[in-house]
Amino acid sequence: MLELIQVNKVVDGEATLEDVNLTLSNNAINILLGPTLSGKTTLMRVMAGLDRPSSGDILFNGESVIGVPVQKRNVAMVYQQFINYPSLTVFENIASPLRVLKVDSRSIIKKVQRAAAMLQITDLLDRTPEQLSGGQQQRVALARALAKRAKLVLLDEPLANLDYKLREELRSDLPKLFSEQGAILVYATTEPIEALLLAGKTAVMHEGRVRQFGTTIEVFNNPRDITAARVFSDPPLNIGTVTKMGALLNLGEYSLPLGSQANDLTDTEYQVGIRPHNISLNRDGENSVEILGTVTVSEITGSESFIHFHFADCHWVALVHGIHIFGQGEEIQLYLNPETFYFFYRDGKLAQAPEDSIR
Amino acid sequence: MKRWNNKAWLLVVPMLALVAFSAVIPLMTVVNYSVQDSFGNNEFFWVGTEWFQEVLRSERFHNALLRNLAFSGIVLVIEIPLGIAVALCMPRRGPMVSVCLVLMALPLLIPWNVVGTIWQIFGRADIGLLGYSLAGAGLDYNYAQNPLDAWFTIILMDVWHWTSLVVLLCYSGLVAVPDAYYQAARIDGASRWAVFLNIQLPRLKRVLLIAILLRFMDSFMIYTEPFVLTGGGPGNSTTFLSIDLVQMAIGQFDLGPAAAMSLVYFLIILLLSWIFYTIMTSTDDAAGSPGS
Repeated sequence: MLELIQVNKVVDGEATLEDVNLTLSNNAINILLGPTLSGKTTLMRVMAGLDRPSSGDILFNGESVIGVPVQKRNVAMVYQQFINYPSLTVFENIASPLRVLKVDSRSIIKKVQRAAAMLQITDLLDRTPEQLSGGQQQRVALARALAKRAKLVLLDEPLANLDYKLREELRSDLPKLFSEQGAILVYATTEPIEALLLAGKTAVMHEGRVRQFGTTIEVFNNPRDITAARVFSDPPLNIGTVTKMGALLNLGEYSLPLGSQANDLTDTEYQVGIRPHNISLNRDGENSVEILGTVTVSEITGSESFIHFHFADCHWVALVHGIHIFGQGEEIQLYLNPETFYFFYRDGKLAQAPEDSIR
Repeated sequence: MKRWNNKAWLLVVPMLALVAFSAVIPLMTVVNYSVQDSFGNNEFFWVGTEWFQEVLRSERFHNALLRNLAFSGIVLVIEIPLGIAVALCMPRRGPMVSVCLVLMALPLLIPWNVVGTIWQIFGRADIGLLGYSLAGAGLDYNYAQNPLDAWFTIILMDVWHWTSLVVLLCYSGLVAVPDAYYQAARIDGASRWAVFLNIQLPRLKRVLLIAILLRFMDSFMIYTEPFVLTGGGPGNSTTFLSIDLVQMAIGQFDLGPAAAMSLVYFLIILLLSWIFYTIMTSTDDAAGSPGS
């Protein structure tokens, strides 16, 4: 178990980590989700022991590891860039941490073979990293982390530089590979979809703070505040300002009926968050409300289309099924379902999330 | 279907003319001289390969060539490791970076003959700081009389003048190494030496190739420094090919042999550079890089 208690990190007078409290265990993958510069890498460096926190404590299985040098901590790290020793063969690359640990050569061979087999690179052991494709290079880096049998494995956007297909393949393998070793697995990513696919637990990071930590699906469904909801939404969350008046919501010049989830909210101003897939081109459900939007851009992703449009003085995005092409400036009808709205107070805290059956 | 457009020649012709006047025509003139003898009056006689045979057989040429090879060898052996070492010591970021870079670039901005003059005066026992201190320390240092001292001075001069080129090239290679490599090595617990051997040196391979080639070609063409220092002396001890060539052509006015010698000189540089390049790039290809 890795516990971070009130960890702060200040670099050149600027706080890059603020009051981070996290308890990570080895029974599920731990995801750090946040945009670039949100502090994911800094946090990982602190966890690894590459950097010392400015204040706070880090406990590994109950014991403080502050001040323990990184090479004595038994951690492994894999990066977005494919980091291998360029002059060594794949075998020696995987064996390198074991050589430093002075493991005897027979068990090195065994361990390297095992790790290579798990990542399906056994036939590449004699080559040098330059002769491998990007995906193979990253497999070597992962095998090195695996062979080391580290207790803490930090993966810093390990799949970001791989193509789509390899990414899917490795993503499904990763948690299995490391969970067999009982290692604490930490995975940093900028992509909400990746977090959802990996499941496990997610810490939403924003500007050096952990905004929320919990089971991934729970964090996705019930964001604590508008920031967490924004970070954990791709395409970006649509946000509008509404005023609740009895059973009506005033959004710009529109009046929408209130969703059943919001019945108990007091009458005041809220910010509503609407996920792009909850805006559609067809009426769905009896509560659906028709709005008129002015198209700015429409993009096709294959089986779905993004429609960027202007509505109520805001820029909105809808993610709709099928292929739809609209010209710029075209006025189109779209449908909102008030049952799917997230309500946030003016200070950003979540007031009410939609009910589970609706999302 | 390819359409030919002859207008492209208009763009190429100025360049061709420039190269013709600056390189091809002078070179052909040299070739012309190298196969003919002249007794003045613009009368020329065909002598075939006689001058080439004479040059290649002469001991004077052999000695000068050996001096050149020795000089280039010594200079490379000192400057390359020293350049790498200095580059490794330079900071990777911070305000000191620009200070270091300017300091390193300074010697490169000084013309050859000025470098020669600086060291010539610096090494004099009567007024030069280096010569005077060495004499004061009881060392018998005199580059004008002792061949070893002359060599020492010229090598020192070259190292002082050109090591920073190697430093700058290596530094650019080192700065390009992503931080993650060093982090990964730290996490592994790799030693400083292992980091150098397995991360930094492989990354420096390409720039080192360029550094070695540049330094070899340049040092093989050395002329100004020994010319300014002792004019090729004491005796013939620092008479390199270039100095010999100038003496032959302008001192003795033996244009035929001098032309033959300059062609041989040119071919040697070309050949050695080609060998260097082939050897160094072939080790590179053996590692191969289909992936990147």
